[in-house]
Amino acid sequence: MSVLSVSLTVNGVLRTNDVEPRTLLVHYLRDDLRLTGTHVGCDTSNCGACTVILDGAAVKSCTILAVQARGGDLTTVEGLTGPGEQLSAVQQGFRQEHGLQCGYCTSGMIMASTALLAENPDPTENEIRHALEGNLCRCTGYQMIVSSVRWAAEHPDGIVPESSDVDTLAPSQQGARS
Amino acid sequence: MSLIGARVLRKEDPNLITGRGQFVDDIVPAGTVFMSFVTSTESHAQIRSIDVSEALALSGVLAVWTAADIAGFATLGLPGLGRPLLATDVVRFVGEPVAVIVAETKYLAADAAQLVIVDYESLPVAPSITTALVEGAPMLHPILNSNVVFEQPFADDLSADFGANSLTASLHIVNNRCAAVPIEPNACVADWGPAGLTLWATFQAPHHLRNTIAAYFGIPQDTTRVITPDVGGGFGAKINFVPEYFLACALSRKLSRPVKYTQTRSECQLLMYHGRAQEQDVKVAYDETGKLLALRVRVTQDQGAYPDPTGMGLPVLTTAMVAGCYKIPKVAISWRNVVTNTTPVAAYRGAGRPEASFLIERIIDLVADQTGIDPVEIRRRNFIASNEFPYATHSPLAVYDSGNFDGAMTELLTLFDYDALKIEQARRRQTPDEKLIGIGFSSWLELAAFGPPGSLEGFGHLGSWESVQIRVQPDGSAIIYTGASPHGQGTVTTFAQIAAGELGIPFDKISVRHGDTATVPQGIGTMGSRITAIGGEGVRNASLRVVERAKMIAAHILEADPADVVLEGGGFAVNGTPSRSVPWSEVAWKSFQPLQIPTESEPGSLDVTIFQQVPNFSFPSGAYCCTVEIDRGTGEIKITGMYLVDDCGTVINPLLAEGQVHGGVAQGIAQALYEGISYNENGSPLTATLMDYLIPAATELPRFTEGRINTPTPNNGLGAKGIGESGSVGAPPAVVNAVVDALSHLGVKNLNMPVTPFQVWNILKEVK
Repeated sequence: MSVLSVSLTVNGVLRTNDVEPRTLLVHYLRDDLRLTGTHVGCDTSNCGACTVILDGAAVKSCTILAVQARGGDLTTVEGLTGPGEQLSAVQQGFRQEHGLQCGYCTSGMIMASTALLAENPDPTENEIRHALEGNLCRCTGYQMIVSSVRWAAEHPDGIVPESSDVDTLAPSQQGARS
Repeated sequence: MSLIGARVLRKEDPNLITGRGQFVDDIVPAGTVFMSFVTSTESHAQIRSIDVSEALALSGVLAVWTAADIAGFATLGLPGLGRPLLATDVVRFVGEPVAVIVAETKYLAADAAQLVIVDYESLPVAPSITTALVEGAPMLHPILNSNVVFEQPFADDLSADFGANSLTASLHIVNNRCAAVPIEPNACVADWGPAGLTLWATFQAPHHLRNTIAAYFGIPQDTTRVITPDVGGGFGAKINFVPEYFLACALSRKLSRPVKYTQTRSECQLLMYHGRAQEQDVKVAYDETGKLLALRVRVTQDQGAYPDPTGMGLPVLTTAMVAGCYKIPKVAISWRNVVTNTTPVAAYRGAGRPEASFLIERIIDLVADQTGIDPVEIRRRNFIASNEFPYATHSPLAVYDSGNFDGAMTELLTLFDYDALKIEQARRRQTPDEKLIGIGFSSWLELAAFGPPGSLEGFGHLGSWESVQIRVQPDGSAIIYTGASPHGQGTVTTFAQIAAGELGIPFDKISVRHGDTATVPQGIGTMGSRITAIGGEGVRNASLRVVERAKMIAAHILEADPADVVLEGGGFAVNGTPSRSVPWSEVAWKSFQPLQIPTESEPGSLDVTIFQQVPNFSFPSGAYCCTVEIDRGTGEIKITGMYLVDDCGTVINPLLAEGQVHGGVAQGIAQALYEGISYNENGSPLTATLMDYLIPAATELPRFTEGRINTPTPNNGLGAKGIGESGSVGAPPAVVNAVVDALSHLGVKNLNMPVTPFQVWNILKEVK
């Protein structure tokens, strides 16, 4: 099988690899770069578990070939976390509002939500539901995902406010409500 | 300090929100090769020949097996009706694996599958209960002499109670076949090396799988290891012994390479066992006040092509729970299991109980309709009262533990203005341009906390207990090992919450480990809403035992009587003399030092293993109401309100309990309005991808409004009943009752799920 060279920026790092021309972007990310936070949940581009951000837009990485991403600037869920494990606002929102259960759809949900907030920093519930229409979750029923995105909209720096309840809980429970 | 009832954030989340989770497909041991399947395109056919030569010739292909290559391998499932790992001579459903391939890459494995040529000779097809039961129907398993695997006749069909003069209502209900659709499809990696076999699998019961795999291959359990890492949803569909696991192991042994299989979604829709798929004939007799006098239910369970032990149990659970939360003096049940040319059927969230709640909640609405009594009122007239527990039903399986059905209904009616809605509904009916309104109730009851001794053994499990081991570490932190195998439930968090309160060790210093048969001392698994009620109770009891032993050591250090030692402020103190105290870390450290502990103690005593049992099932209940609007022009159904009162007894973590309810209700709404696996008359699946099988997105589901009452169970010290399946049990009848209610003035009495706009439009069209 012939191979093609592909070069693109992934999470801020320029990566160059030889891939089979038919390699899906998601398989390139998972198998070649070993960025396994991006998941595969269907073969028909319905589920969105593979969502990444390519040149600013949320893209289902199972629907394009790796070679089509050449020269692109791509972010996966691994690229959202800042130095010192600083969670992005959306990641923190999903934690604070219990926006995940099994966690399999979560990376895609977080990436789609991140792209939404970049475009519309203060979305309504309805706008959030429509923006996430292409991402399927089987665990949550979506209400807490909506709340997670709203949390991120209301806390764009991702910092959890001090809560009066904190002292009754463990340090990891910053922001938890009793 | 107890954390029971606190909205504690999950320990599970930090890995999962940063992409650091580890699911089976993320695991690639060195030298891994990839497995793919050639699956049947026929629903019922004789295999004339299979030509694998072209596939085998492809460079990079390591093996192509057909049934001929595994002739000595045992079948799975029921003796005599077993499912071969690869179809042998006959295929019985579309998607049944016919050949398995291993290649150096997954793309190559997929290529090779395309090169295998199977020559089929079609046989007559029975893709539904109806076609499988007609006279002269094609037989799937001739040994049966029919397509009925098992039939439990009525002990007494109550014909005397359904005489010509009785008031009766009857329904024929089709409880639609559903797919579990965990977003992570099935996957496994088998690595059979000189030191033994390791199988990573996305599964809900690792020890159960380990024991079964070891027995299947005749190898010892000690060198057979099953690891269930992060599992991307299960919903009951990841507790079945499907051929994929066994083939991956066998091929790894043969090739001396780790063999990986990751299902595509299309394969998943055909291979992962389906749920529901029941037909029910239901009849009730009642008096003029709407009191139910007798109930007769006959369940016909579609088992798919090969009966699975869990699938065989579904109608047992349904028929045990048919009376719901009502006092019905006489109940008659009967069931039969039927094989069809379809994907096998087994557990899906609720497993047998949603089918029960649906039929009783539908027919009580029909009685309300026939008597003109309000649906809320008729339920109240028939509820078992809260002082009548324990309540023995017609079924020995269902001795209800506790409940407050009327209380749940009262709470539900505080969440919205029922009277105002009814007035608005009447007004809309008079105004032809406006959307119709429907209001649907469900006073549901389910059976959870599987189960008392003997219950799961019937499904082939080792026991019905759950294991919990608490190991206090020398620094005073603790690790809990459990046979529970969570896949989204948040067990790592809830178990740490329960332990923190009892042990007096901070939540942040308690880890919970699961999903590895090499580290966890036996286990059953996560299913049947059992983990909080059984495993959680095990955590509580193991914690109490640890503390009891730690007090002995603390008393020795403090030179006090153990009876005077109390847990206090992160350590132990002499009661009434707080200045005489010792921190947990010191007690923990010294517990490993023979010279520092009482002579009658053993070093390492703060290590406690419990196999927790419960005396009975628990019975979570609740009252739900769904309100819908229906567009008279298009038949579009919009849920405008979903009001949910759950009673799961004690809640460990309200945030997680809400999450479980939301998820279950979402799947319940989906069954009611969107989902249904279907086959055409040839047995070809029409819903083999997520393009065709509609699992709801955020736009399809409403915002939920919740209330809660708490009636503890007496079956465990926590009082927790379980909540994993409740939503899927309670929601479908509420939704369908709402749609039927919206159309009731047009004479609509019943609708089969999924209730689609097309179905509704056809009804509305007739009116015009």
